[in-house]
Amino acid sequence: MKLYFKFFSMHLKSLMQYKASFIFLVTGRFFITAGEIIIIFFLFDKYNSVQGFTVEDVLICAANVIIAFALAECFARGFDTFPSIVRNSEFDRIMVRPRNEIFLVLSGKIEFTRIAGLISGITILIYAVCVGNVVWTTGRIFTYVMMIISGVIVFSSLFLIYAGICFFTLEGLEFMNVFTDGGRNFGQYPFAIYGESVLKFFTFVIPHALFQYYPLMYVLGKSTNKFYMFTPFIAMLFIIPAYMFWKFGVRKYKSNGS
Amino acid sequence: MSYISYITLFKIRFINGLQYRIAAWAGIATQFAWGFMNILLFHAFYSENPANFPMQFQQFASYTWLNQALLALFGIYMWDMSIFDDIISGNIAYELVRPVDLYNMWLVKNMATRLSKVILRCLPILIVSVLLPKPFGLIPPQDIITFILFIISVICAFVLVNLYCLYYYIISFYTINGSGIRMVGMAMSDLLSGFIIPLPFFPENILKIVNLLPFASMQSMPFFIYSGYINKQEALFKIGVQIFWIIVFYITGKFFIKKALKKVIVQGG
Repeated sequence: MKLYFKFFSMHLKSLMQYKASFIFLVTGRFFITAGEIIIIFFLFDKYNSVQGFTVEDVLICAANVIIAFALAECFARGFDTFPSIVRNSEFDRIMVRPRNEIFLVLSGKIEFTRIAGLISGITILIYAVCVGNVVWTTGRIFTYVMMIISGVIVFSSLFLIYAGICFFTLEGLEFMNVFTDGGRNFGQYPFAIYGESVLKFFTFVIPHALFQYYPLMYVLGKSTNKFYMFTPFIAMLFIIPAYMFWKFGVRKYKSNGS
Repeated sequence: MSYISYITLFKIRFINGLQYRIAAWAGIATQFAWGFMNILLFHAFYSENPANFPMQFQQFASYTWLNQALLALFGIYMWDMSIFDDIISGNIAYELVRPVDLYNMWLVKNMATRLSKVILRCLPILIVSVLLPKPFGLIPPQDIITFILFIISVICAFVLVNLYCLYYYIISFYTINGSGIRMVGMAMSDLLSGFIIPLPFFPENILKIVNLLPFASMQSMPFFIYSGYINKQEALFKIGVQIFWIIVFYITGKFFIKKALKKVIVQGG
């Protein structure tokens, strides 16, 4: 952990050498998220609610996903750029180092520009909390925090699987974007509105709904089922198969020389 | 400068792009899933109250599938990263000594890359989306004239999008790290061109302004024509508007690149 902070401050210092570029990138990212949020407002300009969810409900849902995704991308970005690590055999260098490979990939790259997503997520959350009429009890706040943490873990696990696939294909598999970027994009709305089968898929196959839709129902007071408070913990278990797949990939890894 | 060199350049890029078939299949699956989720999302809104939905649902579905199938033609994010790298690394000097107009060469390169990508990707998406059950699938156009107007409008929008991207190559002559500006530009054009949601979903007051911008002449125009959202007379007028923007973009682009190239200093090495 101490070493990670060392890497962290190292990345931060190197970033601060290019302040203007950093600010430009953050502004750019900020515009992208702002565009997505504007669309939510546009749609709710024509509709008061969709399947019982008001604009504030959707914003609370979107904030959760946007914050979780921003944090996951900030820290687990190394896995997102993993194809290039495999292709130029940088992974050989990682394997000979006396530390865990995952740790080294994680600390190899920290993407501070994702702070834009974090800031915009928190902003809309504050807005939605002030405007909406959800009573924020301790239980609900606890659940919401768990939703974010669980979201970070699920997105990071997906990045890990994406990286694991690179061991076999040498190339990032674009389809994984449906679960990462798509999970972020479409996860801004509670998964139930996409219909029963989509909800089931995102419950049992890719556990997005476990940190998003079910606990959200509890937070918004649409359900009193206490079990929904704890679904984010089940979603966290997703890291286990992801880790096993990664390990399997590492064992199969053949350096491509160079 | 003869046209043969442009055609050759186009061919090289085009064949080069056709090599990535597996990537294309992965892309097709991704775009299909994306389109499907988008249609389900809007269907949830539609079922809430069909009267508030600003288009017919079939028109919306056609719009979405065309958007996904032709993504490589119109997606702003598909710029040619190698041109940005050339400008930053100074390799652009090699391009400048060639007896080819840089601006036109960029245009040809970009168009070829996009065309090769779209040819690999569009057919499977179009075929599957036609086979989908009613309101969710792609419907054929009303008649042959609509289809011809659609094709003309697609070509115009395609040229316009490419000309728009060229601006960003020119900007990178002035800034070392243009990715921030690129992101702002992309966020803006994705939203205003109807790439993320069709323009009729915008609130009316905002839509009045957005319709005056060149972005409204990009991909949404051919999709409106195809789906019958606008009638033929209006379509003809809108194609005129598209051509107007193409001329404006081309002339200003040429002007700016001349200005930029006057100042270019390539560091030795």
